Amino acid sequence: MNPVSFCKLLKSKGFNLFVGVPCSILTGILNQFMGDSEVIYVPATREDEAIGIAVGAYFGGRKPIVFMQNSGFGLSINALASLVLLYRIPMLLLITWRGDSPLDAPEHYFMGKYTVNLLKALEIPTFTLAKKNVGKVILKAHALMEEGKGPVVLLLREGVIE
Amino acid sequence: MKGHEAIAIITTALSDELIVGANGFISRQLYSIKDRPQNFYMLGSMGLASSIALGLALAIPNRKIVVIDGDGNILMNLGSLASIGHSSPKNLIHIVLDNESYDSTGGQPTVSSTVKLEKVAEVAGYKTSKKVSDVGSLQHVVAELPRLEGPVFILVKIEKGREKTSRVSIAPEDIKKRFAFAIGSQKC
Repeated sequence: MNPVSFCKLLKSKGFNLFVGVPCSILTGILNQFMGDSEVIYVPATREDEAIGIAVGAYFGGRKPIVFMQNSGFGLSINALASLVLLYRIPMLLLITWRGDSPLDAPEHYFMGKYTVNLLKALEIPTFTLAKKNVGKVILKAHALMEEGKGPVVLLLREGVIE
Repeated sequence: MKGHEAIAIITTALSDELIVGANGFISRQLYSIKDRPQNFYMLGSMGLASSIALGLALAIPNRKIVVIDGDGNILMNLGSLASIGHSSPKNLIHIVLDNESYDSTGGQPTVSSTVKLEKVAEVAGYKTSKKVSDVGSLQHVVAELPRLEGPVFILVKIEKGREKTSRVSIAPEDIKKRFAFAIGSQKC
């Protein structure tokens, strides 16, 4: 799926505020959101700040997506545990998965190795996007988020949305 | 001025503004002094009260949002001052109760005795930034609030010293439901 269709699909599910910290894997997607006057794009200084902003936006009637690299997910664990999980705030997190292969830069190695297990430990439903399942997975993740009233994670590797 | 006096002055001056209370003694005192459905008590996620307020301010620009923050809280998320200054929502009032310490953990010092937070807010882009240290000045500035250009930052110097207050006795999910219902924005 290309970034245009990906963003269209997310918008069709009502998502209308995008807040987070960029990752190179997200460049194409973020370019769509930044150029779209129908949605609010908020650059955050840190990923946990982005989660706070998303919670406020949710209370204000918006439907936010929080985007970040998995390095930033590490930084966000307390915000997820003591805010999003505690109050059961519905929230879609688009987390890029660096360090999923030994060929990636060394700074991503450990976080890449532990990302899935950390998400499991937090009991946050997680879907890994693959080229053939993007549409289906987004619908599933969205439905789960709505019905479970909590956070749901989409894990995105390089090369899936292009 | 004590923290509870500051909160009483602030809440007396407000009408239907939405209030986000920082975790620790601020939310507890806000709850015991003036509980209302338009209050969001942030129980954990230290540092993020002003971020929640920013999200609210951006999502509902026609409604005034007040965040009652602490020095330890904002020092943990100084980037929030930058984000608020940058997007500059007119409807956001950011009040920081500054006792220069982590009071609820035994009064260990923060660094706000030397860092001029009201200056940081000013250079970050807040349209109005003030510092008050006594009851009279706080009363004066909260009476002025409707006329001040936002985002507004008010640093309120308060006394150190733990004030005994009981915990917020509403379950987190009920805080959420009540707050969302008061705003009329979400079915929870």
